[in-house]
Amino acid sequence: MGEQATLTDILQQDEAGIGQRWIDAQLSAHGFRADRISRSEVTEQSKRFLAALRQALESGSTDLHSPAWANTRQMLDELSASRAVQGFSPTETAMFIFSLKDPLFDALRQRLTKDPASTVAAQREISGLLDRLGLHTTEIFQKNRERIIIRQQQELLELSTPVVTLWEGVLALPVIGTLDSARTQVVMENLLQRVVETGAAIAIIDITGVPTVDTLTAQHLLKTVAAARLMGADCIISGIRPQIAQTIVHLGVDLGTVVTKATLADAFAVALRRLGLTIAKAQPAAKRAREADEDETTTTGRGEN
Amino acid sequence: MERIPILKMGEYLLVTVQVDMHDRLALTLQDDLTAKIVQAGAKGVLIDISALEMVDSFMGRMLGDLAAMSRVLDAETVVVGMRPAVAITLVELGLSLTGVRTALNVERGMDLLKARIKERRQNDGSA
Repeated sequence: MGEQATLTDILQQDEAGIGQRWIDAQLSAHGFRADRISRSEVTEQSKRFLAALRQALESGSTDLHSPAWANTRQMLDELSASRAVQGFSPTETAMFIFSLKDPLFDALRQRLTKDPASTVAAQREISGLLDRLGLHTTEIFQKNRERIIIRQQQELLELSTPVVTLWEGVLALPVIGTLDSARTQVVMENLLQRVVETGAAIAIIDITGVPTVDTLTAQHLLKTVAAARLMGADCIISGIRPQIAQTIVHLGVDLGTVVTKATLADAFAVALRRLGLTIAKAQPAAKRAREADEDETTTTGRGEN
Repeated sequence: MERIPILKMGEYLLVTVQVDMHDRLALTLQDDLTAKIVQAGAKGVLIDISALEMVDSFMGRMLGDLAAMSRVLDAETVVVGMRPAVAITLVELGLSLTGVRTALNVERGMDLLKARIKERRQNDGSA
C-alpha cells in the first residue's frame, strides 16, 4: 500500500499544479481537436476527473470495480459517451487519461532522490492504474458505438420495407438493401397484411435496390411469392438488373413460374392488363379545346331555338 | 361426432372450416368431401379456411391432398381466406401448395371457380 500512499500524497500536495500541467499538455497536444471540443470543457472535465481520482485513491483501494471508484467510473462513462457523440476516435478518448501520466511522473521525479525504491514502485502503480482507466474509456466508447449501430439497424429495418399501393388492387414492394432472413420476415408480414387490408390481387416486388442476389436471397424472394400466392395474390418480380439476371442463371436458381420483368413499369403494365385496365393517351389540348367550343355552339344554338 | 359441413350450391360445393382442425376431423373431411363430390357430381369445390388460425405440416399436406383428390374426381378446387400467419407458416414449413388454387376471399374464389369451369367447358367443347 506504500506506493499508493505516495500517489495519494502527490495528488493531495499538488492537485492544482498537476491539473494545470495536464490541461496545458492536452491543449497543446498535436492531435487536439479544437473543432470538436472547447478549451473550457477540457479544463472542466480534467479538474473533475482529478478530484474524483483523488477521492477514490483516498479510500485506499485500487480496484476499479469497488464502490469507492463508482464516482470516477461514472464520470468516465459520461465523458466517453459525450466524446463518442462529438466524433472523437477511441484513441483520442483514451489519450485523455494517458496524457495524465506525464504530469504525474514529473511530480514523482522530484521525489526520486528522497526515496528511490517507493518512487519506482509508485510509478509502476500509477502506470497500471491509468492504463486500466484508459481501457475503461475505450470499452465504454465501444459500447456506445454498438448501441448506436443497433439503433440504426432497427431504424433501417423499419424504414426500408414500405408497401405502396400503385393502383386499386396493385401493390408494390420496393425492396432496398440486402434481403436477410429477419428482413424477409418483416417484408412478408407487411405485404400479406396489406394484401388482406386492400384486397389486392397483384403484388409487384421490385428488387432494383437489392445490391446482390445470391441463392439465399432468391429463396427468400420465392418464399415471399409463395406466401402471397397462398393468400390469393399473384406476384411479379421486377427491377432485375442485367448482372443480377446473369447471377441468377449462373447460380442455377429456379424462379419457377414467377413472372419477372426488367422494370417496374413493365410489371405495372402487366398488372393493369390482368385487371383489364388500359392506359390511353389524353387528347391533345388544342383538339380538346376545339371540341369544347363546338359543344358550346351546339348547346347555345339549341338554346336559341 | 364433430363434422365440418359441406354445403351444395348448384354445381359447387362449399366447405367452411369454422373450428380449429384436428387430425381426425381432417381425415373425416377427406372422406366426406370425396363422397359428396361423387354424389352431387360437383364441378367446383371452395374451401374457406378464414377461421383457421393454426396449421401444422399435416394440415398443409391435407389441404394439398384435398385439392388433388377433387381434381381426380373432375372438380376444380380453390382454397380461400388464408390468414397471413398461416401462409407464412406453410411457406416456412416448405409447403407452398403449388397444385392448389388460392384466392383472398369467398367472392374472389367463386369468380375464379366460375372462370376455370367456363374455360374447361370451352376446351372440352373444342376438343
